[in-house]
Amino acid sequence: MSDVMIEARDLTKIYGEYRAIDKVSFEVRKGEVLGFLGPNGAGKTTTMKILTCFIAPTDGTAKVNGCDVFEDSLGVRKAIGYLPESTPLYVEMMVLEYLEWAARMRGLRGEEANKAIKRVVEETALGDVLAKEIRELSKGYRQRVGLAQALVHLPPILILDEPMSGLDPNQAIEIRDLITTIGKERTVILSTHNLAEVQVSCDRVLIIAKGKIVADDTPQALTDRGGKGRVVVSFVKNGKSEAELREILGRVSGTDLVRPIDSLAGEISFEVVPSGTTDLRPSIFRAAVENNVTLIGLRQESQNLENIFRDLTTSADTSKKSGPKSESAKSGSSSESKDA
Amino acid sequence: MQNTMTVARRQFASYFNGPVAYIVMALVLLALGVFFWQDFFFFRRASVSRMFDLFPIFLLLAAPALTMGLLAEEKRNGTIELLLTMPIKDSEVIVGKFLGVLGVYAVMLVLTLAYPISVSTLGDLDWGQVWAGYFGLFLVGGSMLAIGIMSSSLTDNQLISFFVAAAICFTLYIVNRFLPFMPPALATPIEWISLSYHFESMGRGVIDSRDLIFFFSLIGVVLLIAFRALESRRWK
Repeated sequence: MSDVMIEARDLTKIYGEYRAIDKVSFEVRKGEVLGFLGPNGAGKTTTMKILTCFIAPTDGTAKVNGCDVFEDSLGVRKAIGYLPESTPLYVEMMVLEYLEWAARMRGLRGEEANKAIKRVVEETALGDVLAKEIRELSKGYRQRVGLAQALVHLPPILILDEPMSGLDPNQAIEIRDLITTIGKERTVILSTHNLAEVQVSCDRVLIIAKGKIVADDTPQALTDRGGKGRVVVSFVKNGKSEAELREILGRVSGTDLVRPIDSLAGEISFEVVPSGTTDLRPSIFRAAVENNVTLIGLRQESQNLENIFRDLTTSADTSKKSGPKSESAKSGSSSESKDA
Repeated sequence: MQNTMTVARRQFASYFNGPVAYIVMALVLLALGVFFWQDFFFFRRASVSRMFDLFPIFLLLAAPALTMGLLAEEKRNGTIELLLTMPIKDSEVIVGKFLGVLGVYAVMLVLTLAYPISVSTLGDLDWGQVWAGYFGLFLVGGSMLAIGIMSSSLTDNQLISFFVAAAICFTLYIVNRFLPFMPPALATPIEWISLSYHFESMGRGVIDSRDLIFFFSLIGVVLLIAFRALESRRWK
């Protein structure tokens, strides 16, 4: 068997006049954690609903774990664990009762079921709330119950629709760590509009906008695609004036813009924006040596995933007529930086 | 089958975790108590046939109240999505839910056994007739509950589900009372679709296979519609 766990081919879903997704094709391999990224209404949830056989595509097909969503929908559903958007649960049930029910629905009985429940309770740290009704639980705990339910039968594939939304930062980190642990042995698709999340937990990112895939790459490659970011250079002043230092940097080939950004006692920093994609750091270093100035900092900043996301998802926004509101990414993801 | 029972058991338990089952049962038993004993001693007969006249009328409201949330609420809360992405067939979901609510109804019927039991201490009660009547009640109630599930499958609004189910049950229950005002050619088909027409003979202790066929086919057809409605989400 090949290691392609999910294969979507030309998936299209049309609601009346509205194309929720349009010819979406992608593959997910065994052990991969795929981040599904896009503004609200871009088609993430629709795609996930198709993969879990909740709805059928208008056109195209998908295979999950080798089973076709049309021909062997039960086979597909056996192979997945699913956490739908906003974690719907039977709130009148107790946590333990609910997990027992989920295990039974997954065909687990008796001792086997007990073991499976014990395992997920440990994995998701639900031990303290087993005897509580789900309605009494906080959002973070509910999310864990949802994950526990999705994991109880050890599915090879997990599909999680916005597992981190609505959580406070601490809860989000807990859930993210949990997903990272789970993702080590399983194929995971998770959707989010939190870019920091994707950078941390995903091997691959699929950016979807207006029902179409606009990017399919690793988070690193996507970040690189935006070209080199600015270089931050710091010098010891040593009697040299700002203008002098600025001119030295200006003479380095490939610079587009040099701007002083910070000046402390005896120390000054510039930002240098490259015109191309070449790494400016070696030439800046040489220029400093040749001109006998003391270089104390040289840092390449990579392009921010947030900017790339915004570029990709708004440029696809050609027809404005049925535009779903695009929520700007909330993450305060600081640009990834590499120190020289 | 196992999946069906898993759905049924959860449904049955969830009725008793919430207030609906208790409220419906209390109201039905209260109303039955008031109307049953009101003229019982007037007739001076050890019979519960009065109960078999009254009970289906209470059911016209009780059955829709029990079933209104069955699918509508799951659709509204989104739990339907988790349920239907489990490895279970849509038909098993419908039948499981039906069996779950039928169980609640059976509990309600068992509680009414207090009536024949207390009447039997007052005189010579014909238990054969009583059991036939109970069997009839079970089938009438089952039909109304199935209609309720169908109605619940068509909407995500519990109130709409309640009124649609009550309207259908009511129409099917009283339609044969309008026979005198209808052309004679319609008499047979109207009697045939009337719930009360098929139930009345059972209330008198007569079990006729034609009545059984009616109830079973009604339940089957109505559940099939519910199944189709549930399935239609995939193609919308």
